[in-house]
Amino acid sequence: MTISNVSPAESSASTAGASLGEIPLPAPAWSRVTRRLFGHRGLAIGLIVVGLAVLIALFAPLLAPHDPYHQDIANRMVPPVWHDKGSWIHVLGTDKLGRDTLSRLLFGTRISLTIGLVVALISGIIGTTLGVLAGYFGGRVDAVISYIITTRLAMPVVLVALALSSLTGGSLTTVIVLLGLLLWDRFAVVSRSVTQQVRDAEYVYAARTLGCSLPYILLREVLPNIAGSLIVVMTLEMAHAILLEATLSFLGMGVQPPLPSWGLMVAEGKAYMFFQPWVIAIPGIALFVLVLAINLLGDGLRDLNAPGGRN
Amino acid sequence: MNVDSTIEIAGPRPLSTTPSAASISRTPPALELCGLSKSYTLGGGLFKRGRSLGAVSDVSLRIPRGQVMGLVGESGCGKSTLAKMLLGLTTPSEGDVLVDGKPLRGANQKALARHVQPIFQDPYSSLNPRKRISQIVGLPLQVHGIGTARERAARVAETLDVVGLPRRAADQFPGQLSGGQRQRVAIARALIMRPDIVICDEPTSALDVSVQAQILNLLLDLKQAFGLTYLFISHDLAVVEHLVDRVAVMYLGRIVEEGTRAQIFGAPRHPYTQALLASALTPEPGLGVPDIGMGDAMPDPSAPPSGCAFHPRCPRAEAVCRQQRPRLEDIRGDNARVACHFA
Repeated sequence: MTISNVSPAESSASTAGASLGEIPLPAPAWSRVTRRLFGHRGLAIGLIVVGLAVLIALFAPLLAPHDPYHQDIANRMVPPVWHDKGSWIHVLGTDKLGRDTLSRLLFGTRISLTIGLVVALISGIIGTTLGVLAGYFGGRVDAVISYIITTRLAMPVVLVALALSSLTGGSLTTVIVLLGLLLWDRFAVVSRSVTQQVRDAEYVYAARTLGCSLPYILLREVLPNIAGSLIVVMTLEMAHAILLEATLSFLGMGVQPPLPSWGLMVAEGKAYMFFQPWVIAIPGIALFVLVLAINLLGDGLRDLNAPGGRN
Repeated sequence: MNVDSTIEIAGPRPLSTTPSAASISRTPPALELCGLSKSYTLGGGLFKRGRSLGAVSDVSLRIPRGQVMGLVGESGCGKSTLAKMLLGLTTPSEGDVLVDGKPLRGANQKALARHVQPIFQDPYSSLNPRKRISQIVGLPLQVHGIGTARERAARVAETLDVVGLPRRAADQFPGQLSGGQRQRVAIARALIMRPDIVICDEPTSALDVSVQAQILNLLLDLKQAFGLTYLFISHDLAVVEHLVDRVAVMYLGRIVEEGTRAQIFGAPRHPYTQALLASALTPEPGLGVPDIGMGDAMPDPSAPPSGCAFHPRCPRAEAVCRQQRPRLEDIRGDNARVACHFA
């Protein structure tokens, strides 16, 4: 654990007369940042795993030993390397069409991360806009937006997404748009309640008396002060979207074959689950690790983002 | 100068009652409140109507240029609602405010901001924790498009000097400053645009006693230096006595007494003012909280008592107090006003 070098308690404990001349100087910015980043274990783990996933997604073509789409019928269902019949040619084995599991797993990172990021972004923009407006204005605006939120909460995401994607036909874009339009509820609920707390802060009044425009107040005075909560929701929703994509793909209504989606890999392997469990265990573990890491990252960022710093 | 340059409570009658020879050259008071009221609706929904709560009722007050007007009263009596109306944060239900003789109703918020600036109660809530001090103090200039970035930075540094903050505070965040320092930042932000009028809403009540005195003296110095007019809202009578020229006492949304500092503190006429003064804590230890024998519950503002709102707690209340609300009337030849049947 590290100790923040400027504790508010310390500077306010001395009387104002004495402390006027001795405001503690902040430490060099970079060393403070690194100390806070790595002083938080969960955050460090989350950051490393998510960072690795991003690198893997970016450099998948260089890292993958095989073409993830190449079918090798002669080498179907090769077990992973630690198995008796495994080989170093296919480190994590092959699937029922003889495609290399490791390569598909690496390329699948791209799909999961894209889904997570873009869905969280779309739903974040929708939900935060609604929530901030409802929280800031209150009254009628709040009543209408709360009604919309309640309506959305009454809809089962998976069923609605299934129904709609079966109408439009599943594809990566469909899944992203559908989930983006469905997963904004938590953003709206959280941003509404934190905006209600910030709305009556005196610094918002100060900005209003100055004649600051409404967009300025919402974007520069309110948003930075609710960003901490929103980042946590964002990571939760990223993880949520990644899992939902896997669910939809598993049910055949999400990403379509032959794209190497982790959910699809589980779906394709489910027939072999009793005798070749690794076929579904490997993408399952990948999903688990990524979602866990994103959640750790979110928790850590929330701690970091708290004013004054929490270590 | 002429008679109107002193503070007076104007009732429903026209405000300029005494045209004199000097009235040609007379300047309007810095701040003039004419029958100002604000009521809120409680418990209303989309389809049902709520009860009405009169937070401020028919307040009229004149604050001449360069004076400090104290506004005292217990919590919930409408002091802060009044401040919000003066700052343009809420629109009055009735009445209007004249700032330098110009009505506030319908006025542009930016134009108002150049004349009237606030200093809020809680320096922990009045500074955005995500902004550097230089951004906070420079925001008024930025919003109003005054000067280049460099000129603004120079003005910020100069203003920090004026309020007694070291220049390197400019690069810090509010979380790194003490309460007194934060309040100095809030004062710097209020003064950087050189306003005429500063609305101080309990500016010292969140501070330690030792720091309070520093901030009060700073406010007095700044008033001298810039010729400011203050409306000083407080529930702390000692602070008010230290600072103000005149005092208005508020009870349940109405002004019950108004006069010079000497009149209010020396010879209060309204029983509520008397009780308020009697309730002030003395610095002497062991005396405990004084008992003024009127209970500590303020009546429900959404269902105010009939007649004089103070009668349920008033030691001198009689039948007439229950039936008839006393008007805020001039005390002949005394330049003060009081709303009591027996004063």
